[in-house]
Parts: sequence; C-alpha cells; structure tokens
Amino acid sequence: MTPRIAIQEAPFDLAEETARLTEGRSDIGGLASFVGLCRADDGLAAMVLEHYPGMTERAITRIAEEAAGRWPLFGITVIHRVGRLPPGAPIVLVLTASAHRAAALESCAFLIDWLKTGAPFWKREELADGESRWVEAKAADDAAAARWTAA
Amino acid sequence: MRVLYFAWVKQHVGVAEEEVAPPPEVRDVAGLIDWLAGRSPGHAAAFANRKTIRAAVNQDFAGPDHPVTAGDEIAFFPPVTGG
Repeated sequence: MTPRIAIQEAPFDLAEETARLTEGRSDIGGLASFVGLCRADDGLAAMVLEHYPGMTERAITRIAEEAAGRWPLFGITVIHRVGRLPPGAPIVLVLTASAHRAAALESCAFLIDWLKTGAPFWKREELADGESRWVEAKAADDAAAARWTAA
Repeated sequence: MRVLYFAWVKQHVGVAEEEVAPPPEVRDVAGLIDWLAGRSPGHAAAFANRKTIRAAVNQDFAGPDHPVTAGDEIAFFPPVTGG
C-alpha cells in the first residue's frame, strides 16, 4: 500500500479521490474521510498557506507510514493545499480505507491530528482591513496529537 | 551550509534562504542560532525569542543540541499550523 500524498494549490475532488482509492477493489468495507475547510473567523479575507517543499512531503509520508503500521489499511490519501485560499475553501483532505470502520475512522483521526502538529505548514490570515497575521500554534492541537502516544 | 527560513522568521530575516559559512565553534543548532542572530538586525529580530523557533536539519525536525556541519540544509520556522 503506497499512500497518495499531494501538496498543491489546486482544489481537490472528494468523489474523484474516493473513486481513485476504491477502484477495482472489493475488500474495502470502510472508508473514512476528513475535509478541513477555511473558516471565516474575525473578518478573514483569505488564508495563505506556506510549506517547506521536500520536508513537508517527507513528514506526511512518515506519518502515513506510521498509520499503516498501526492499522490494517488498504489505502491512504492526504492532500494539503497551499497558497491563498478564500473562506469556505477546502484546505486538507484525509482518506483512509480498511476492511472495517474502526481502523478507517481511527487512522483518519490520527492522520489529521498529526498533520496539524507534525507537518511543516504555516497559515497566515489576511483580514478584510488589509492587516495580516500569522496563526499561532494551539496547545489543543498538541494535546490532540499527544493522545495517540499515550500509554 | 544552506539555511532556509519560513513564515515570520523569513519575514524578519528578509530572505527565504542563504548560504552561510559559520566558524568551526558553531557545532549545533543552538550555536548556529546564536551566530545567525548576530548577522543583521533582521536576524536578531527573527531569533529574539528562541522558544518560538523550531528547526530542521536535512529536512528532519531537530532540537537545539542537534549537530550541524558544512553541507547541511538547516531550516528555521515557527511552530507549525497546518491541517
């Protein structure tokens, strides 16, 4: 199983990605998906996402490999957009496929929790008044990722 | 060695990357930060609060004690905020 990992400016298509993951297979009993969207908090005009080409793909590959080692998965897709995104735009897609729902759901949550804390992306908010500010890392995100390493 | 900057670290320093040749006393990430901070007021501003700086050596996250050598690719950036 080779995870499909993509960093791109272009939008992604959930139906197309689902079809790509399940095409020609009849062993998948559960497919979980997470789509992260750009929320319009506090007069947000656009979110600008930056990444570290090379390291970002590497970090996501490692996280996907860890998920594949922990759960019996048939497929993993992670697509993360970069560049300038308007409110409401999809930012990130995680798909996981397995024989049963628990593995699909848990690994999908694991992947998005780790993506938030373990992959080099940075968000800058552009506000309607022309101001701009970098989003700060949240302790809640660290806690969400840490629950997967708790004994 | 090649040093890359991202997000507000890049804004402070003023460039996305630079080729540097620190003296031999610079042996680890913390030492490199100390040396880089002396290069310009922008570098000093970028590294003013060490607690908010994260680093990678050759595209792997690295702590302050991680060794650095000529030929390495070192990156400095704020805590990540993707997803």
